[in-house]
Amino acid sequence: MALLEVNNLGISFGGLRAVDNFNISIEKGQLYGLIGPNGAGKTTVFNLLTGVYPPTDGSIVLDGVNLNGKSANEICRAGIARTFQNIRLFDKLTVLDNVKTALHNQIKYSLLSSILRTPAYFKAEKAMDKKALEILKVFGLDRIHEYRASNLPYGMQRKLEIARALATNPKIILLDEPAAGMNPTETQELMDMIRFIRDNFDVAVLLIEHDMNLVLGICEQVKVLEYGRIIAEGDPIKVVNDPKVITAYLGE
Amino acid sequence: MENLKKKFAGKQAFINLAIIVLTYVLLTVLMSAGLLNRQYTSLLVPIAINVILAVSLNLITGFLGELSLGHAGFMSIGAYVGALITINMDAPEIVELTLALLAGGAVAAFFGFVIGMPVLRLNGDYLAIVTLGFGEIIKSVLISMKITNGAKGLQRIPLYTTYKSYTLVFILMVISILAIMNIVKSRHGRAICSIRDNSIATQSIGINVSRFKVMTFVISAFFAGIAGVLYAHNVGILKPTTFDYNKSIEILVIVVLGGMGSIRGSVIAAIILTALPELLRGADDFRMLLYAVVLIIIMLFNHSKIKEGLLNNNIFGKLFKSNEEKVGE
Ligand SMILES: Nc1ncnc2c1ncn2[C@@H]1O[C@H](COP(=O)(O)OP(=O)(O)OP(=O)(O)O)[C@@H](O)[C@H]1O
Ligand SMILES: [Mg+2]
Repeated sequence: MALLEVNNLGISFGGLRAVDNFNISIEKGQLYGLIGPNGAGKTTVFNLLTGVYPPTDGSIVLDGVNLNGKSANEICRAGIARTFQNIRLFDKLTVLDNVKTALHNQIKYSLLSSILRTPAYFKAEKAMDKKALEILKVFGLDRIHEYRASNLPYGMQRKLEIARALATNPKIILLDEPAAGMNPTETQELMDMIRFIRDNFDVAVLLIEHDMNLVLGICEQVKVLEYGRIIAEGDPIKVVNDPKVITAYLGE
Repeated sequence: MENLKKKFAGKQAFINLAIIVLTYVLLTVLMSAGLLNRQYTSLLVPIAINVILAVSLNLITGFLGELSLGHAGFMSIGAYVGALITINMDAPEIVELTLALLAGGAVAAFFGFVIGMPVLRLNGDYLAIVTLGFGEIIKSVLISMKITNGAKGLQRIPLYTTYKSYTLVFILMVISILAIMNIVKSRHGRAICSIRDNSIATQSIGINVSRFKVMTFVISAFFAGIAGVLYAHNVGILKPTTFDYNKSIEILVIVVLGGMGSIRGSVIAAIILTALPELLRGADDFRMLLYAVVLIIIMLFNHSKIKEGLLNNNIFGKLFKSNEEKVGE
């Protein structure tokens, strides 16, 4: 069985069927792309997968565990992490603390330990610093770990969000337009980083992206959404040359 | 790098300790030299009480980022529970007071749990209204209950926390400040701050936002309860009307002026704003005017370049540095 099995997923907002009969099956370590024109329902799929919205229909199974009806934080602990299309960092916290916050369920100590500053506190905090810096290093953010997150330039904020998601030790990570607002050099770096985390952190990646160079450059499989439905899927090169997909993007 | 950070953390702790010890020594010297007259000494415990109230409220408003207007409600619960214990018990002072503090804090914390629940669904203005209502309901309940002696309130509460016991009160204040500071700089505190900054992202990294919201209210209410117990045994009488929304707003004003999310700011603002009205008593006619002027000056100071300058200066910087500023560029 695949790592993530999604069947017949759907949601309606009032009369609008934002996502309908969405199926996907992602293998361990796979790089998967989700594309489609604006308003197609891509972000809504992410919100369904991560428990932000409860699905109207369908089932989500991760690594054999049924995630239906679980809350967003439970789904993260089950192994799905994500980034957001409109960056959502902890603005007033440092770069380091953004990542350490995401280690919340990885390295623990009790409230009493934090009040009394027991050795357990110092030990765990040290381990957290080490782990967080290690993750930040992958994104070249370790050198500026003391900066406030809101002070970073846009491209770095996107990277920090990925770093934070990665710190939750996910089985699969969902990236919502990770290259948005990046220049070509940054996008190139980002592609290397995505491959790197897949290889070294043992995660599968599902990403939404409008930048076709990135999609063609790293995705092994893609799905195309239009008006909430899958209109094409499979090999990236074939899919982007599919006349149906071209009309979806360019119009009739 | 690692070392540098450790050294800095160590230095910070050392400076905190130095400030605490110096303040205490100064107080003791002034008191024993008889340099503090009645007017000043009677201010010591009220200042400590307001410090505890402000710092604990800051946990909710400054760090969790929710507006609470019911802090006086938690305080009154601590005050009444504590007072009822010491009035009805016949044990050595220290035993009675310890029990009163623990019970007052615990019962207030329980109500923090109860009021924390609606917080899960509400935020912003709605939450402010609910907490305001909570404070007023507590007041009405205190007026209508027999055990609290209704509108007449409780009298002859043993005076265990007058200025003569300033050492004990001082220690309790320091413990409260340190406990809250330590919570803020821990995984629990980071979770609380992350909810303030972005609660959807907090959920998305596997943190149970509801749990931490309730936890914050429980902790904050506990310390407000402690402050209430100290208050009851400082003045010796309790009236439900003491704990109306004016008191809650008074605490909120301290927090806002001290700076949201700045514990040092809360402490300093609590000292100034508690002492000021008393010290201005001589100026009678101008008292409220001067008070207002000082509030405005503090507000201007908070937004001024002078504060920024002081923050960059090491000596003063340590005094005013708030958590959020430390992480800046
Ligand atoms: N909470 C909501 N309530 C009502 N309608 C919604 C909600 N969220 C999304 N929609 C609608 O669902 C549709 C799909 O939106 P979605 O954000 O998933 O598109 P998208 O494919 O991510 O587009 P883009 O490329 O612009 O990010 C849109 O028509 C949008 O207006
Ligand atoms: Mg989108």
